[in-house]
Amino acid sequence: METALAVVVGGLVACGLYLMMRRSLVKLILGLVLLSHAVNLLIFTAAGLRRGRPPFIPPAAAEAPPTTTDPLPQAMILTAVVIAFGVAAFSLVLLKRTQEEVKSDDLDDYTITDIDASPGVPNASASPWQRGRNEFPCTRNSAEEKER
Amino acid sequence: MYQELRGRKGTMSISPVVTIVIPFITMAACVLLSHFPRLQRLIGIGGALALTGAGAGLLDTVYHHGIQVVQVGDWPAPYGITVVADLLSAIIVVATGVIGSCVMIYSCVDIDPPRQQWGYTALLHGLLFGICAAVLTGDLFNLYVWFEVLLMATFVLVALGGGRGQLEGALKFVALNLLASSIFLAAVGLLYAQTGTLNLADLRLHVEATPLRGVTLAIAVMLLIAFGIKAALFPAYFWLPASYHTPPVAISAALAALLTKVGVFAMLRVFTLVFPLPDTWLQTWLLVVAGLTMLIGAMGAFVEQDLRRVVSYLIISEVGFIVMGLGISSRLALSGAIYFMLHTMVATANLFLITGVLERRLGSACWSRAGSIYRLRPGWALLFFLSAFSIAGLPPLSGFWGKLVLVQAALATGHLGLAALALGTSLLILATVARIWSRYFWAEAGQQAVEQLQRPSGRHEQLFFGVPVVLLATITVMLSLAAEPVLRLTGEAAESLAAPAGYLQAVLGEH
Repeated sequence: METALAVVVGGLVACGLYLMMRRSLVKLILGLVLLSHAVNLLIFTAAGLRRGRPPFIPPAAAEAPPTTTDPLPQAMILTAVVIAFGVAAFSLVLLKRTQEEVKSDDLDDYTITDIDASPGVPNASASPWQRGRNEFPCTRNSAEEKER
Repeated sequence: MYQELRGRKGTMSISPVVTIVIPFITMAACVLLSHFPRLQRLIGIGGALALTGAGAGLLDTVYHHGIQVVQVGDWPAPYGITVVADLLSAIIVVATGVIGSCVMIYSCVDIDPPRQQWGYTALLHGLLFGICAAVLTGDLFNLYVWFEVLLMATFVLVALGGGRGQLEGALKFVALNLLASSIFLAAVGLLYAQTGTLNLADLRLHVEATPLRGVTLAIAVMLLIAFGIKAALFPAYFWLPASYHTPPVAISAALAALLTKVGVFAMLRVFTLVFPLPDTWLQTWLLVVAGLTMLIGAMGAFVEQDLRRVVSYLIISEVGFIVMGLGISSRLALSGAIYFMLHTMVATANLFLITGVLERRLGSACWSRAGSIYRLRPGWALLFFLSAFSIAGLPPLSGFWGKLVLVQAALATGHLGLAALALGTSLLILATVARIWSRYFWAEAGQQAVEQLQRPSGRHEQLFFGVPVVLLATITVMLSLAAEPVLRLTGEAAESLAAPAGYLQAVLGEH
């Protein structure tokens, strides 16, 4: 069983990384979500799978029998699942807003943080709340503009 | 055990829990008061100042009474959640409080009303909360959880406002940091499977018993990669220059000073306490990565023309220096690394804040539109000069002392190449700063820029921009002039990192 799950974890990681390396924004987020699932399953598997051995101390015994399931990894997974859920929800909203703003799903179009608009053209990348702040962003060829 | 420690602490001591609770309460209050912007700002500043005070109290307590431990719910150490404050974490808590206060004061004017209304203050305190909790935890899984808390706050801070630049920056930032979190969590799970514990002190005992090989080594490498991405080390630093120049400058300053340093802190903690580096090939690897990070950061800074991006690359280079200290791992080097971390937190935050003031005036942080600042605004120019040349490592400023100690440590341990690289990088950073100085501050500006610079500043601007910038500059000067006492303090912190017997004893009790 552990072997099978290990293969599943490996498959999920491979799929997640493959999706993340695609150029589509949606696939990037899906890849991240798959990756977090893979990690949760990894914690579950790595801690050891035992069937029908709940971590309870029988009324007659003084301490737990030696081969009970460890409940801690499951508590950790529960925490990680909640975090992953919140993060995934945020990523999806970010995805939607970004896509609305850039109007493209192709990550190769997401270059405004590296190369900004042409010199002298007001900055389209600024937030609507701060227009007029960083109005004229830096560009690669604005150095020539400076030559006097 | 807890009772014993509490008895030893005396009455005036501050529990580490206090420094976690203060930002949390401030955050909650700010969420509740989101319709009262003025009150919110006031509480924000008050909360950050209170955090600084409590942090100073904690540092004093740890300095005089040794490592402070709180076992949450009184569960004994390897089973319950442990909150530990040693000198390193107390120092970082104080620095976080100081940076938080300065950024909070600065953002009274810099952050626009919509952002304030949509939770800027609460998010900033969420960031402080996550950082304080992360540096004070004694448990690896808890470290992961606190990392997520502070990352969530920073994700929203970077994206808040929602222009195209910010959203794209946030996307790159979120994607790489989530990847790092997944790797971190996987390493935590595997480590638990391997050792059956996640308490850092207990992990040390388990890992010590077995040589660093096989699965354990793989886990150590995974942790290194995860923290490396968060600290913006060489092959995985791309998210930092892509996202730090997009949000308002107060947010950039907070992230610049705090975020990468938490990654570095996690490395300092894990690779001294759990996986000691000396004489492993991990050490060689880390030294190579540190060297490349220093160099690439400096090279990136040298070619950029946008002042904010220059500073972003300088952060990367500075992180390289800190990690170099960790890589060498001698006491002197660790002490230098902690001192350097303090220096770089203060100096980079101040550079960002001053850049913000200039950007606000000129409408751009790009040098094609700037100039004449030294002639028209000598005060700002001098404050910039102080922080920038401190980062370049000009004596007698704080960067010089940090680099001096690090290079001394490198020479003492025979890492001659690394010492040469550090010195060469410093030269490159000096060239970068000189280039910025001459183009941005000395060169004659165009007519428009001159008019913009000559416009008198309002009283609000003077107060809320002046106070934090002057405060941070004063701290840089103090770090420079009082380098010896500060280095003595960081030396003691390094001592307890290098020989963690005291830490183990404080957390686990008698062994």
